[in-house]
Order: sequence, then C-alpha cells, then structure tokens
Amino acid sequence: MRSKNYKRVYVWELPVRIFHWINVLCITVLATTGFIIADPPAILSGAEASESYWFGTVRFIHFATAYIFFFNMLLRIYWAFVGNRFANWKAFLPFSRKMRKNILHVLKIDILLMHDKTNDVRNISVGHNSVAALSYVALFIVAVVQVITGFGLYADNSGWWLPDLFSWVVPLFGGDFMVRTIHHVATWFFILFTLIHVYLVFYHDWLEGRGEVSSMFGGYKFVQEDRLTTEDIEDLNENSEEMESTPAETSPSS
Amino acid sequence: MAFERNTQETYYDSIIKQGYSRRDFMKFATYIAAYMGLETTMIGQVAKSLETTFRIPVIWEHFQECTCCSESFIRSDHPIVSDIILDKISLDYTLTLMAASGHQAEAAKHATMEKHKGEYILCVEGSVPLGDDGNYCCIAGRSAKDILIEAAEGAKAIIAWGSCACNGCVQAAYPNPTKATPIHKIIKDKPIIKVPGCPPIGEVMAGIIVHLITFDRLPELDNIGRPKAFYAKRVHDSCYRRPYYDAGLFAESFDDQNAKEGYCLYKVGCRGPMTYNSCGTIRWNNGVSFPIQSGHGCIGCSEEDFWDNGPFYERLTGLAGFGIESSADTIGKVAAGVLAGGLAAHAIAANVTKRKELSDRIRRGKANEKKFES
Ligand code: HEM
Ligand code: SF4
Repeated sequence: MRSKNYKRVYVWELPVRIFHWINVLCITVLATTGFIIADPPAILSGAEASESYWFGTVRFIHFATAYIFFFNMLLRIYWAFVGNRFANWKAFLPFSRKMRKNILHVLKIDILLMHDKTNDVRNISVGHNSVAALSYVALFIVAVVQVITGFGLYADNSGWWLPDLFSWVVPLFGGDFMVRTIHHVATWFFILFTLIHVYLVFYHDWLEGRGEVSSMFGGYKFVQEDRLTTEDIEDLNENSEEMESTPAETSPSS
Repeated sequence: MAFERNTQETYYDSIIKQGYSRRDFMKFATYIAAYMGLETTMIGQVAKSLETTFRIPVIWEHFQECTCCSESFIRSDHPIVSDIILDKISLDYTLTLMAASGHQAEAAKHATMEKHKGEYILCVEGSVPLGDDGNYCCIAGRSAKDILIEAAEGAKAIIAWGSCACNGCVQAAYPNPTKATPIHKIIKDKPIIKVPGCPPIGEVMAGIIVHLITFDRLPELDNIGRPKAFYAKRVHDSCYRRPYYDAGLFAESFDDQNAKEGYCLYKVGCRGPMTYNSCGTIRWNNGVSFPIQSGHGCIGCSEEDFWDNGPFYERLTGLAGFGIESSADTIGKVAAGVLAGGLAAHAIAANVTKRKELSDRIRRGKANEKKFES
C-alpha cells in the first residue's frame, strides 16, 4: 500500500487562534451572565440593599465582556482581509464550484455517513469545509444580531458615542421588550451552535486523525504529502535544520 | 359655550382674571418649569411668555379612547394646570368638556379651524379605526379618519395624547379587530408630539403644553417623537427600588417576605427596565405614589404593544406560535436536548459505519508503536 506521508500545514494563524479562544470565553461569560440577568436566582435574606451589589456586578461583567466580544469580532473581520487563505472572507461563502461540490460531499460523507466510491484526498478540506464555513456565517449573523440588540439596550445607559451609534435599534423594534426578547432567543442559537460545533470538531479529529482539535491550539493540521506541490514542501528545502522535520511527522504506513 | 373665550387675551390676563394672585402665578411658573426640566434661570422666560403670549386655540379630538388622558390632565396636581386645559388654552372643541353639543359644537370647531388655520394645536386622544371603512368610530356622522384628516390639515402641530394615539394601546392589541391605528400612521406631514402612557402623567401633559406656549416650538423629541424631557429614561433608572435590583434582592411572589421588605419587583414581571416614562420621578396623584411604590410592578403602559407583551406578572413570556405555556427557554431546552440526543446517535452511527477506516487506522497506529525505536 501507498505510504501516507503527512505534512504539517500552518492553517490557523495566531490572530485567528487568539480570536477563537477570546470568542469562546466571551460567549460563555455572556451567555451565563445573560441568563442570570434574565432570571436571577432567588435569594432569601434579610440583607439591606446597601450591603450587596452582586446583580449590578453580573450586569457589569456582561457589559464589559460585550465590549471585548465586539472588538474581538472587529479584529476578526479585519483579519478576514489580511489573513491567510483559510482566514480570508472568501473561504466562508461557496463562491466557487469546488466549494459547492464540497458542500454535497460533506453532507454525504460526514452528515449522512455514506462512503466515498473513490478516495480523492482533495475532498478533505484543510481549512473550513464548506458546510462548517456556512455555519460560521450563520454564527456571525447571530453575533451581529446580539451586538445590535445588546448595544441597542445598552445605548441609553451610556453617554459614549459607540453604544449611542445603536440608539436606532429600540425604536426600530418598537420597544425594549421586543429587543430583549430577540436578544434572549438569540442566546439559544449560540448554545445550539456550540453543541454542534464541538461535536463535529471531535468527530473530525477521531475519524480523520489530522489534528483537528489541536489545530486551534498550535495552528497546524496534517495533510497528505501528495496534496502539496513538491517544490513547496518546506521540509525538503536546504535550510531544513531550521524547520522541524522529525520522523514522528511522517507516519510510515502499511 | 360655558366660558366666554377670548383668544386675544394673554395667559397671564386670564389667570389673574380667574382670581389667582401674581404670587400664585409665579409659583406656577416655577413649578411647571421644574417639571419641564428647565434651569431656574429659565423661570423668568416661562413667566414672561405666559404674560405676553395670546392663548393658542386648541382642538381636542376624541376617537377610540377611554378618556383617561383627559382625566389624568384635569386631576393634575396644581390647580392652574387643570385650569390651563379647562380654560386657559382656549379649548375650542372637546367632546368631554365642552358645554355645546350637536350642530352648535361642530360649527364652533369649524369656525376655529377656519379662523386660526395654520395656528391651532390639534390634540388627539384615541386611535383611529381603519377597518370597515372606519365605521367603528363615527362622530357627527363622520368617521374618525375623515375627522382627523380634516382637523390635521390646518393644524400647526399635533399632540398625540396617550398610548392609543401613539401606538394603538388595547384596541390595537392582537388581533386588533377594528384595525385601530395610531395617529402618526395616518398623518405624515405634520409635526407630531407623542405622549404615550395609559394615561400619560398630568404634569407631563401640562409641561408639554406650556413648552409649546413658552417657546413657540416643539419640545426636543427623541427619535420616535416623544419629548426627551419626560421619556428619555426608563422607569427602572429612577426607581427607588433600584438598589434592591442591583443587590439582587427580589420579591419572588407578591405575598412573600421579600415583597414585604420592599424588594425589587423584577421577577414578578416588572417592566420598569423596558419602559420609558417619568413615573419614578414625577409620580402620580400629586406625587403621592406610583405603581411600583404601591407594590405592583410596572406594566409598561407607555410602551408599544404592551398588551401583547404577555402576562404582566412574568419576566419572559411565551413566544407567539409555540403555545401559551412555552417560553423561549423551554423551547431552547427542548431543542438543546433533542440536538444532544441527535449528536449522540450520530456519534454511534459514525463509529459503526466508518468502523473499517477506524480499525485500519488503529491497526496502523499499533503497528507503528511496535516499530518505535526508543
Ligand atoms: C456585544 C454584545 C452584547 C451586548 C452589548 C449586550 C448587552 C446586553 C444588555 C444591555 C442586556 C440587558 C441587561 C439589563 O437590562 O439588565 C443584555 C441581556 C442579556 N444578554 Fe447580552 N449583550 C451582548 C451580547 C450577548 C451575547 C453574545 C449573549 C449570549 C451568548 C447575550 C445574552 C444575554 C441574555 C440571555 C440577556 C438577558 C436577556 C433578558 O433580559 O431576557 N448577550 N445584554
Ligand atoms: S421594581 Fe421594577 S423598575 Fe424598580 S428596580 Fe425593580 S425592576 Fe427596576
């Protein structure tokens, strides 16, 4: 059998990884504090209000995290124009025929669990596969909804121009009530997305064995050598001492 | 008519003629300036313009409404406030308060509309039904829509009193059988001041009228047309129970110890955090109290669609189309549960259908482990 030589490919650049983990943290904090704001726990105590400020603190954390979430998102949008091909905005929408074919392929193989008739390595995506890419577009839209409704609610609490940019939101929806309802419902989309997203990451890691999970930490995925043009393979260059080229990277295969 | 109305009289003249002293008048000017949110240096200007401006003619139309706006106005704290509406603003036509009736009243209205074209203020209380050719509300044989369009024609500005005129209120609640419609959806070419609330606070109503008189222009409005002086803040932002909210101390039901302690009513459905009004500062009935102070959450009566925003005693309400009992959270929990089940099933199915690839890979991996040197 042909030997499968795996090569290390730098897929997720540092800014993408930093964005990803800040985003994870923000969404976790925002969803948790948000649900506490929506339905605070019952505390029976004889305390006086002056002794405590915990609910105010929860709201403060929500708003502060919201700013981080928002600026983080802006940085990612910037990176979609200057980052590598896997981070580029064009990687997210099925512009090419190849990407549209990939949608069908992913639906067949990974969702309906069918089998490929021929084994074409090109079918395996290196960056996002085209279905996953669409799910990130959907997440981005929900995030925009969340930013718009969130800052819309926040605008009146603030004298700063940035939240004030969103003062058109509440009148548009007729009132705070509608805006809060949308904001609350959208939170559930983050939760549903996270379930699917995390599951599929593990799924790909387990079934493809190309370092899907670790790629978001180190940035590398492993790609079969025959997908790379030979002169491009960094490990074969003369200055390969500087490059890591350990035997562990190639898996001699039966 | 009950009173001899003379629009060539200044406000001051008519207040003095009514038997108030100059001192009373100055007190009133100070009081109303404070409500309008003006600086103390402006009190002189308020007094001055009440002394020098002639009374503006006002036509006050009543359509689909309950008259609570008029009631609120005439019950407002300061006697001169109610006098302003009853007498001082030269209210030329209002179904509830005028003495004339029938043809006589209609004739008086038309006389004002002609004589003061482009100058009179049109106050509208109530919404306008557009369903069935407007037949649900007819006065003097004409539909509310016709009357409104005719009266708006020569008006200088329109004041939409109350939630009915601003957003349709209860008669526009789902399914809105009469197609009750707020004023701004019918009249597009006139400045409209929206004064929502069911009813609005009397002092707010008076403040807006005095503002029109004093400065001869509209008060500063927010982007949906409400005067900023009274609707810029949420009830929640001026609520005296706010410290309990920030401390996370909430009444869980209306009869628990927390409610007796006066804790925040957020969890029993208070709409204060979503309602723009001045109840927390101006309060009601001569500043005696307001709903939250009396132990009942705010129902958001000055907000659009407040009747459709679900039970007044719940924080989050059912989503339309999913049945009464299901809140967003129940749907979310069910969806997450179903999804988690689906993913688990998928995981099992994947391991079964792809078992060949998996066992091959495991075998190769084990073989490599054996060949591993050090
Ligand atoms: C830029 C982003 C965001 C901003 C500016 C923002 C702001 C706000 C504001 C102002 C409130 C109302 C709090 C109050 O009135 O006390 C709120 C509530 C809430 N937020 Fe956010 N938020 C943002 C993002 C998010 C995200 C990403 C989530 C979920 C993942 C989230 C979940 C919630 C929830 C569940 C509530 C409670 C809603 C309710 O009252 O039922 N927020 N947020
Ligand atoms: S009672 Fe209502 S308005 Fe007052 S602090 Fe609580 S939630 Fe806000």
